[in-house]
Amino acid sequence: MNIGAMTLAEAAGLGLMALGAGFFIAGTVGMLRFPDAVSRLHALTKADTLGLGLVVLGAMVMAATPGAVLRLGLIWICVALAGALGAQLIAAFVRRSGDGSGE
Amino acid sequence: MDPMVIFDAGLALALVALSWAVLASADRFASVVLFIVLGLMVALAWVRLGAPDVALAEAAIGAGVTGALLLATLRHLRGQPEAPPSPAPVRWAVGGMVAAVTAALAAVVVALVAAPRPEGLAGAVADNLAMSGVEHPVTAVLLNFRAHDTLMEVVVLLVAVVVVWAIDRGLAPAHAPQGPLVDLGPVQDGFARLALPAAVLLGAYLLWAGAHAPGGAFQGGAVLAAVGILAILAGRWRPEPRHRAWARAAFGLGATVFVLVALGVGLGPRVAYEYPLTLAKPLILTIEAAVTLSIAATLAALFFGREPAGLTVPNTVPNTVPSTARGGRP
Repeated sequence: MNIGAMTLAEAAGLGLMALGAGFFIAGTVGMLRFPDAVSRLHALTKADTLGLGLVVLGAMVMAATPGAVLRLGLIWICVALAGALGAQLIAAFVRRSGDGSGE
Repeated sequence: MDPMVIFDAGLALALVALSWAVLASADRFASVVLFIVLGLMVALAWVRLGAPDVALAEAAIGAGVTGALLLATLRHLRGQPEAPPSPAPVRWAVGGMVAAVTAALAAVVVALVAAPRPEGLAGAVADNLAMSGVEHPVTAVLLNFRAHDTLMEVVVLLVAVVVVWAIDRGLAPAHAPQGPLVDLGPVQDGFARLALPAAVLLGAYLLWAGAHAPGGAFQGGAVLAAVGILAILAGRWRPEPRHRAWARAAFGLGATVFVLVALGVGLGPRVAYEYPLTLAKPLILTIEAAVTLSIAATLAALFFGREPAGLTVPNTVPNTVPSTARGGRP
């Protein structure tokens, strides 16, 4: 893609997506580096929800039709809900299995 | 150079690395999780190859339902020792075969790049799409031009669930009916209340959308099966012996409707599957709706893995989950 030909919407969209990708990377680093399961979850869910939100926002800016914008929003809500639930279930499992320090 | 080539190369490398990791992983659980990730990456690869229908099916069935089946299998294996590695000659033989297949495939790919591209059937499908009754070429092929193949796939699923139930009669005492081992809590309950109806809607949408866009019976059925699996896991629904007749009816529904339509069409002056143009879309959607229900019931039953309270086990734990734990539902 030619930089000169990029529209404002494309630039904004790509910028938002890049920012979102940064959050994904930060979350991945956090998941790999943090010592115990609960703080790993913390890194993963926060970063993923925000990161995906930014990527979706970027795609919304570039989307052609209002329907696509709505569907992208729906995707974000679904993934955020599922992610939150998964994290909550894993955290509950960790808490039940006793130590917060293990896997 | 197309910047997507970099992405594609990375994806291809990730597929190979993930496949290796699945096989090399010493831990069963890690292996299954990696397999699910591999399925999602394969779905992404299908998107890049321009086959969104296959991508949807791979994500829903290859990664989702198969992953759930593998995790359910893991639960039955819990506490059993890991199998020792195969003896060296076996490993070398398998490695040699894999290397031979890989080399042959590589040779074919190289030869295909050099050879003139043969004319596929895409043109024939596009020419006859208007007569198929649907606007989406993949659905036209699956439910009209090559409907017999699809019927066979439906029958394969039916056979699979029949076999699983038959085998399970012998094995039933090994694993008692499972419910949620623990209370999954109010968050899960709220999520299920929100997500399950939405997922039912999504499954129906995928079925309907299949007539003119990527989607169809297999994708919709897989989503509905996921609803069933979630409902079982969450303890919102527990298969019981009195459901057996309904389950059998649901398993057979798709193949039955498919065969009846084919016979009905074939009894006239036409051959089977040669739907009259005016009736083609309603007939295809009827078949797809029935097949969707069958796929959903079959996949969910495969996950449950046993006949509800099989013949060898009396109805041991009909209602052990405290109803108060699930928001007071009876």
